[in-house]
Amino acid sequence: MRAQFVLQEIWIGLRRNLTMTIALVVTVAIAMALFGTGVLLKMQVDKSNNYWSDKVEVSVYLCNKLSANPACHKTEPTTDEKNQIKSQLQSMPQVAKVTPETQQEAYQRAKERFANTPGFSDTIQLGDIPDSFRVKLKDPKQYAAVVAQMTNRPGVDQVINERAILEKFFKILGGLQWAALIIAAIQVIAAVLLVANTIRLSAFNRRRETGIMRLVGASNLYIQLPFVLEGAIAGLIGGVFAAILLGFSKVFLLGRLTKNLQFATPLDWFAVAEVIVFAVCFGVVLCALASFLTLRRYLKI
Amino acid sequence: MIHFDNVTKVYSHQSRPALQGVNVAVEKGEFVFLVGPSGSGKSTFLRLILKEERPTQGGIHVAGKELSKLTNWKVPHLRRRIGCVFQDFRLLPNKNVYENVAFALEVIGKPRRFIRKVVPEVIDLVGLEGKAHRMPDELSGGEQQRVAIARAFVNRPMILLADEPTGNIDPATSIGIMKVLDRINRTGTTVVMATHDAAIVDAFRKRVVELEDGRVVRDQSRGVYGQAYGGV
Repeated sequence: MRAQFVLQEIWIGLRRNLTMTIALVVTVAIAMALFGTGVLLKMQVDKSNNYWSDKVEVSVYLCNKLSANPACHKTEPTTDEKNQIKSQLQSMPQVAKVTPETQQEAYQRAKERFANTPGFSDTIQLGDIPDSFRVKLKDPKQYAAVVAQMTNRPGVDQVINERAILEKFFKILGGLQWAALIIAAIQVIAAVLLVANTIRLSAFNRRRETGIMRLVGASNLYIQLPFVLEGAIAGLIGGVFAAILLGFSKVFLLGRLTKNLQFATPLDWFAVAEVIVFAVCFGVVLCALASFLTLRRYLKI
Repeated sequence: MIHFDNVTKVYSHQSRPALQGVNVAVEKGEFVFLVGPSGSGKSTFLRLILKEERPTQGGIHVAGKELSKLTNWKVPHLRRRIGCVFQDFRLLPNKNVYENVAFALEVIGKPRRFIRKVVPEVIDLVGLEGKAHRMPDELSGGEQQRVAIARAFVNRPMILLADEPTGNIDPATSIGIMKVLDRINRTGTTVVMATHDAAIVDAFRKRVVELEDGRVVRDQSRGVYGQAYGGV
């Protein structure tokens, strides 16, 4: 009896305000989809960050015949000088491990890496990439001291901090993530206002019924429940659309990003499902709460 | 059953009190006519009983409860023991007679079997036998008010409040409505009826409480409507 009554009231409420309901569903869907996309981007950035922070190194390239750096005088450092550089690196407190890479190894690696772009791999020659030391840091954030000491040291051509390159990339992703979250926040505000308006209309349409319910002593919960559920159901429908949009987000945005940019391992569907569930719950709770708070103003107890 | 103890009510943004130092006691099973000109405080009196308003001063006891001590979430339980009838009937136009009466029980969560048993009984009691499936717009004003009374009484309240129940009804039909209220009163329900209807008050000779400018100016058992308003 009770459940049937409540469901019937909700159905009537949603149908009477059909245009408002549609507006609400669309807004909630967009808000939650953007919010979810923001969270997904953040997860992707964090995951890639974790992945890369184990692997990023500071590369110390030594001078060779082709060096553009005038301090090199286009001469390779001697074996002694190379050993000095190596032991200096190893003595630094920030450094975890120093791995030398010869021209030969670097050449092989470049060949393999660009095997898919024949134009590039064909033109690359032995000696294009000089001897180098790959320096692994104890804490990847402590690169500044190493870079400062190695830059302009005799025999060193250039010092490349891979992390700085990655950071630029992460900054772009971070910006994207914030843009999504800010638009989502604006949409959330719009959704709350729409819920308030929808529920206000609904309360006005049903003022006769609620007036009688109040009079014959129906409990507040009983009077308010249909309205709160009305908001929650609109939120749920919006959430379902948001889930579909998030599916697209995963396939088209993150999928392409990871494919084209040789990112870390792509996010799995489990993580996406988590975000979807969270976004849907957030949408439902948001709408239910907004309905409830609106009712306190427009439905006299 | 209803005790007003030196009750004063001043609505916000108004300087003149709607009720001023009102002392009235209505015992169980009484029938009281509340008379007085418009704006004399009759409706405020009824709204205070329902705790729709709070008194500015003084205490009100209804059905053994001090209303100021009643928490907001217990107010619905108070209202289940009070039936209400209004001048404008307040029926749901999209529900038939049976559904209108049953609505009052549905929304307080009564079981379906109970509703099916008591609703037809009360429809018979108010004299609407065989009209359970009529819609409100197919009924006369008097019949609609009977439906409203049935809805107010279906949960067997201890108190029935009627705010000018015959205000929209012709005199001949009013007598019928009044008889229904009298019948309900005879079952032991306390009835408080605010009215302008001198003929009814004079014909039934119940207790009369007269309000003027928010004060009780007369409280008379087996009273009449009063000379000033064209009574006997």
